[in-house]
Amino acid sequence: MLELVHFQVLSAALFSIGIFGVLARRSAVLVLISIEIMLTAVNVNLVGIAAFSDQAAGVRVFGQILVVFIITIAAAEIGLALAIVLRVFRNRGSANVDELNVMKW
Amino acid sequence: MTAQLVVFYLLGAATVLSSLGVVLTRNVVHAAFMLLVALLAVAGIFLVAVAEFLALAQILIYGGAVTVVVLFAIMLTRTDDQPRADHSQRLLAMLAAIGVFGLLVVAFVVSDVASLESATGVATDSETGFENLALGLFTDWAIPFEMVSLVLLVALIGAIMLARNVEGGE
Repeated sequence: MLELVHFQVLSAALFSIGIFGVLARRSAVLVLISIEIMLTAVNVNLVGIAAFSDQAAGVRVFGQILVVFIITIAAAEIGLALAIVLRVFRNRGSANVDELNVMKW
Repeated sequence: MTAQLVVFYLLGAATVLSSLGVVLTRNVVHAAFMLLVALLAVAGIFLVAVAEFLALAQILIYGGAVTVVVLFAIMLTRTDDQPRADHSQRLLAMLAAIGVFGLLVVAFVVSDVASLESATGVATDSETGFENLALGLFTDWAIPFEMVSLVLLVALIGAIMLARNVEGGE
């Protein structure tokens, strides 16, 4: 029997994999990919809770609508962030996050 | 019911393994393709949870658009020397990730959200079909929907402005 906790544990696993990627990777593109994994983890959680919630109150549809918004914002974020990474690479010749230390105090 | 669980476990294993591949592989291009596998498996998990529209959107947006954009970014930011892919703080990052995972699992198990609702299990018919989703999206959530479309437009115009080659043009 499929239960809500299955979705939640999968979501937690994806989120912590994303956190590891964000903290450990050097390339800015890989950091952004890891952020996408974290956003997907949130989507899995929302869809799971929506699937198990009370359908009479219309909560089920609201959960899915929130996921639509998250997917849209994620698409906008990755487009803009990759453009910034591209510009940084052109200006400084590197897209590694630990070499971008001009603002380090 | 059992078939549902088996499909969920298969898709969940595919998702977690390919996500681990994304954060552990040394080859950047392999990471992008494993991200594609992970996101398609998540689309399957959406189907198990009776979210058909979201599964389609996931395949179209992530499988189509995001992976291609990421591959282009990898291609354009390639340097000849392939240095190490990870920081020296890798062990610390692993500890942080395991800590967050344990915390989240404990929180989910202790809070037990499922018992609060009148949970009857995953719906099997089209209770969460396209019709209800569209109705909610264009009535109660119409203004946020238009706002988010504006955000997407502005972000993409900004991305074009940032990425184009100013020295060559104009």
